[in-house]
Amino acid sequence: MAKRIDVSDLDIYYGNFKAVEGVNLSIEPRSITALIGPSGCGKSTFLRSLNRMHEVIPGARVEGKVVIEGQDLYGSDVDPVDVRRQIGMVFQRPNPFPTMSIYDNVAAGLRLNAKKTSKSDMDDLVERSLKGANLWTEVKDRLSRPGSGLSGGQQQRLCIARAIAVQPEVLLMDEPCSALDPISTLAVEDLMMELKEQFTIVIVTHNMQQAARVSETTGFFNLNGVGQPGRLIEYNPTEKIFSNPDEKATEDYISGRFG
Amino acid sequence: MSTSIEQSSAAPDTSAPSPNPLGGHEKQAPWVPWAMFGAAAVVALGFLLLTGWNVVLFVIYTVVLGTLGTYVLSRVTEGSRKAVDRLVTCLVVSAFGIAMVPLVSLVYEVVRRGAERFDGEFFTASLQGVIGPGGGAYHALMGTLIITLLTTLISVPIGLMTAIYLVEYGSGRLKRSITFLVDVMTGIPSIVAGLFAYALFVLIFGPGVRLGIMGAVALSVLMIPVVVRSAEEVLKLVPNELREAAYALGVPKWRTILKVVIPTAIAGLATGVTLAIARVIGETAPLLITVGITNALNFNAFDGRMATLPVYAYYQLTQPGVPPENAIDRAWTAALVLIMLVMGLNVVARLISRLFAPKTSR
Repeated sequence: MAKRIDVSDLDIYYGNFKAVEGVNLSIEPRSITALIGPSGCGKSTFLRSLNRMHEVIPGARVEGKVVIEGQDLYGSDVDPVDVRRQIGMVFQRPNPFPTMSIYDNVAAGLRLNAKKTSKSDMDDLVERSLKGANLWTEVKDRLSRPGSGLSGGQQQRLCIARAIAVQPEVLLMDEPCSALDPISTLAVEDLMMELKEQFTIVIVTHNMQQAARVSETTGFFNLNGVGQPGRLIEYNPTEKIFSNPDEKATEDYISGRFG
Repeated sequence: MSTSIEQSSAAPDTSAPSPNPLGGHEKQAPWVPWAMFGAAAVVALGFLLLTGWNVVLFVIYTVVLGTLGTYVLSRVTEGSRKAVDRLVTCLVVSAFGIAMVPLVSLVYEVVRRGAERFDGEFFTASLQGVIGPGGGAYHALMGTLIITLLTTLISVPIGLMTAIYLVEYGSGRLKRSITFLVDVMTGIPSIVAGLFAYALFVLIFGPGVRLGIMGAVALSVLMIPVVVRSAEEVLKLVPNELREAAYALGVPKWRTILKVVIPTAIAGLATGVTLAIARVIGETAPLLITVGITNALNFNAFDGRMATLPVYAYYQLTQPGVPPENAIDRAWTAALVLIMLVMGLNVVARLISRLFAPKTSR
């Protein structure tokens, strides 16, 4: 299931503006990789370029290579829709579909893609996905209620259940806990630790303790100044980044002596 | 802390006239403005009894005198800020009253005079062979419903798809020019839309042609921009996060629009369409040119003249025959039915937006 991601010489543009420059890294399968850095340095932009969500924004484009298990994501014969089926995404703000019930939200990935699935298979899948997202016991009695009636933390776990229901290879998480309270954050972190048995997870976070707690590898993004493109400053095992980083900028950022 | 207490305890000694530091004036009792307006009414009444009675002047004098009196009294007893507040309150209420005058008067008059012929025969009989009393507007009611239905069938798909293009796909010059043209279309006088449809069908069928479908085409010219505008606003309100959530699940764009964006916006879309129908259902001028009038029942929009309620009311009023009272009563009832249709559509629009709105209850 889980796949390896290799990125080489990746430049990302919004129109003429170069947002991210020269990223080289490789992400191991069945691991959690955290991306940290100040706001506006291109972490989220880089994350979105990993499943071609980036190009949803008009004028946005990418130069360089993203290879997933030998398959070039930006090859001319690759359909972005297929890419997104393999690489799921969880967003900063929980965004369950407001017109759908909890059940339908989880089933949305298959339903919206018009995959024919029998009722019992679908029930199984919904139960498995909700259990996988640690939400099953909380919602099993009200699956037909609207998903927007859940609390923020539950909604975010519902979105994770929705993302894993389509059985992607890779799960991208864009600050999934920034809108959540500490207890819900803990629930999502526990969930990530379980999910990494099956998926490759890449998470963008502003919470450095979170990066230190959950990830094996950490990437530090920074930018030299306003209007300059963001760069990947350092990419190392999490332990090394937080104890003995190679770069001075990383140490400054982590110890709070930044800027 | 201690210094502030000292200051406040010392304050009454230095500034004796205003013992309360937060507001030097008493608050007016709630009945005072009403009493002021009552007094103004009495003064206006006395004045008009001397000069000659007139209801309109009585109301104007009362409002002006009452507003001035309230302001001056408040200024003296409460200070200038409160006085301005009371002045503006009086002005806003007066403006609301002025806006309500035509509405109330119109509804009252139409109901009073329309009730005369608001009976079973009006809704079951046509005007065929009717001279003098009796007769109805069944044919006109059916004509209005059929033509409005056809108009909706033409306008909603075109308008909705245009709006989807503008919001989801359009960019650059084409989008800007479509938006501009839609804006221009919104301002087209209805008679021009009627002439357009007439000219179009004359090119095909020759001069003098009158068909129900011509009216539907003319009304569509008026309805499409309204649908586009309202649908565009509603689609823009759908959060982008929902689209991204669907894209991230590997859902193609067209399915995202069909299964996520439109269901989320359905309440607003339905409301917009209903209000657009209400907007065109009372149009007279284009139907006068394109559909004409007839006294007989005609269900076929593709064959010959049809009667419609607004045109029916127009002809009953302008060519009432002898004696005129019967036809004029029918015209008033037709107007009443038309107003009821529009009001009914507005109620339906509100119900739709309440019924279809995304549910958030637990």
